Amino acid sequence: MSPRHATEDAPWVKALILAVMALFLAFILLLPMISVFYEALRKGWEPAKAAIQNPDALAAIKLTLITAAVTVPFNAVFGVCAAWAVAKHNFPGKSFLITLIDLPFSVSPVVAGLIYVMVFGAQGWFGDWLIDHDIKIIFAIPGIILATIFVTFPFIARELIPLMQEQGVDEEEAAVSLGASGLRTFWSVTAPNIRWGLLYGVLLCNARAMGEFGAVSVVSGHIRGLTNTMPLHVEILYNEYDFVGAFAVAALLCFLAIVTLALKTLLEMAQPQSRPARH
Amino acid sequence: MTISIRSVEKTFGRYPALNGVSLEIADGELLALLGPSGSGKTTLLRAIAGLEFPEKGQILFNDQDMTYASAAARQVGFVFQQYALFRHMTLAKNIAFGLDVRKGAAKPPKAEIDKRVDDLLNLVELPGLGKRYPAQLSGGQRQRVALARALAVSPSVLLLDEPFGALDATVRKSLRKELRRIHDATGVTTIFVTHDQEEALELADRVAILNHGVIEQVGTPQEVHDSPVGAFVAGFVGEANRLEGSVKAGHFQGGEIALPAQGAADGAAVAFVRPHDLIRAPAGEESFFITTDRINVQGPVARIEGKTPGGQRIEAAFERNSAEGLRRGDKLGLTAQKAYVFSA
Ligand SMILES: Nc1ncnc2c1ncn2[C@@H]1O[C@H](COP(=O)(O)OP(=O)(O)OP(=O)(O)O)[C@@H](O)[C@H]1O
Ligand SMILES: [Mg+2]
Repeated sequence: MSPRHATEDAPWVKALILAVMALFLAFILLLPMISVFYEALRKGWEPAKAAIQNPDALAAIKLTLITAAVTVPFNAVFGVCAAWAVAKHNFPGKSFLITLIDLPFSVSPVVAGLIYVMVFGAQGWFGDWLIDHDIKIIFAIPGIILATIFVTFPFIARELIPLMQEQGVDEEEAAVSLGASGLRTFWSVTAPNIRWGLLYGVLLCNARAMGEFGAVSVVSGHIRGLTNTMPLHVEILYNEYDFVGAFAVAALLCFLAIVTLALKTLLEMAQPQSRPARH
Repeated sequence: MTISIRSVEKTFGRYPALNGVSLEIADGELLALLGPSGSGKTTLLRAIAGLEFPEKGQILFNDQDMTYASAAARQVGFVFQQYALFRHMTLAKNIAFGLDVRKGAAKPPKAEIDKRVDDLLNLVELPGLGKRYPAQLSGGQRQRVALARALAVSPSVLLLDEPFGALDATVRKSLRKELRRIHDATGVTTIFVTHDQEEALELADRVAILNHGVIEQVGTPQEVHDSPVGAFVAGFVGEANRLEGSVKAGHFQGGEIALPAQGAADGAAVAFVRPHDLIRAPAGEESFFITTDRINVQGPVARIEGKTPGGQRIEAAFERNSAEGLRRGDKLGLTAQKAYVFSA
């Protein structure tokens, strides 16, 4: 038997911990996931396919994809800006900004939705002005996108802040002292150093943007075929006892999430040395 | 290029990091900034590079005021203590960076840049490694690349912040020689920071000694070693026995040790005696005695440690043959050829 490493536990301890972990993951994660697909296909392919090809379902899928397509670039740009400001600069109110970035993680999404209703709703602060100018935010797509941006904002910023902090400003200072402009320094030095962290944040943000329920539920108004996203559509079908339909759409949602995570894993395997500090 | 630093002050919060620093650096000079940790060496270097801006005072390049010019406008080469190589670029790209970012007519053609990169890789003795990435190099090699990158833009000033700080003694020694060679080959005005006095004394044309944000003395290595202007420099540069006592009528007395102290004011004083300036006194001419408790022969030098009867520890360094026959516990009569005495 080869000698054990100093930090290694006895084999039986290791086996026990692994077993507990595996059991836990199986019950909490794997089983529900499998049951979603099982329920969706309980009556075979055709009903599931029909549920997804239903015009309302297609509208929900489309809206979800639009929401993600707007939210992710928006949060990518502002996440990079926020992380850059926090990690590379000192200014008064910095810790307040960091707290603010975390706010969406600590506030219940329902509250976030209610805030938007209060601000932009018909009875809200800007309600009259918005009605006068014929702009619809609440119970419309802009509200859904706003709520989703709010909920998913921290994913990219939070991913980048520790990465940028750890990298420090040495390389940027070197670039500047070699004559590079601020913009050139960002594109040639800062951006390449954070690209994998950014991609990781983008994927997580995307997964969450497609799956967000609480905040969107408050601002959407649940208008079938118009303001229903996939998670909301699942809920409606479920409440109408259309289990196959609900699970079929849910399975599609799961599938999108799995694709996202698989993409992330593939990227990590392709670039193992690019994330040296975060094992 | 000459650099003039005039009464520069810089505070961080309420802490003064530079406290009225004035310094003139001649064209083509190799100057060492030497000082203990926290004395403001890095801050001064960064102020010269335009990475930090002083609150007061002026920094002039060739009589042109550059105090608040941007780092990019100053055309200085800066070598960072932790190398700060661009980790996602090859060595060739790293070295070419300063030329690549130039715009329009100022940007040399690609063939010229490639040639320059090759020349620099040869200069720092890393020929043919242009395709590697920084992570694939040793610390000493990375430092050479950092040097080559800074030299690529033909800077008018080269600034190095503890360039060899993170390296082991052997590599330091060889890089030191290399820096001197490169400096002589390029003739670029160079300032390097170090807290290793051996490095400063061996390498530099002149040494500026910094303490608490103030320049204590500037001079050739020999001047700062042989003619320290104050207690700090005397104690910091080279080895010295530090004795406390008082001066009266041109004589220093500290415990049983008496030393000549021409020109020193009467009153409390500190004296510094270098181990090499202590000699074995012939019988009858001893100025004090120690009981030896350690004798250590290193090559041609014998180092003796001991205590006076009053308990003052003394270290002396003799030529090896004059320590012949000396045993641990022997009583040894010494006299000082030279002492530095300053009012306390
Ligand atoms: N960014 C900063 N913020 C606050 N204080 C600083 C900052 N940079 C330097 N200081 C302070 O200024 C003083 C001088 O620092 P500096 O880095 O110039 O010292 P140094 O001589 O380079 O020391 P070392 O040999 O340890 O590198 C130190 O007391 C340090 O704590
Ligand atoms: Mg320093």
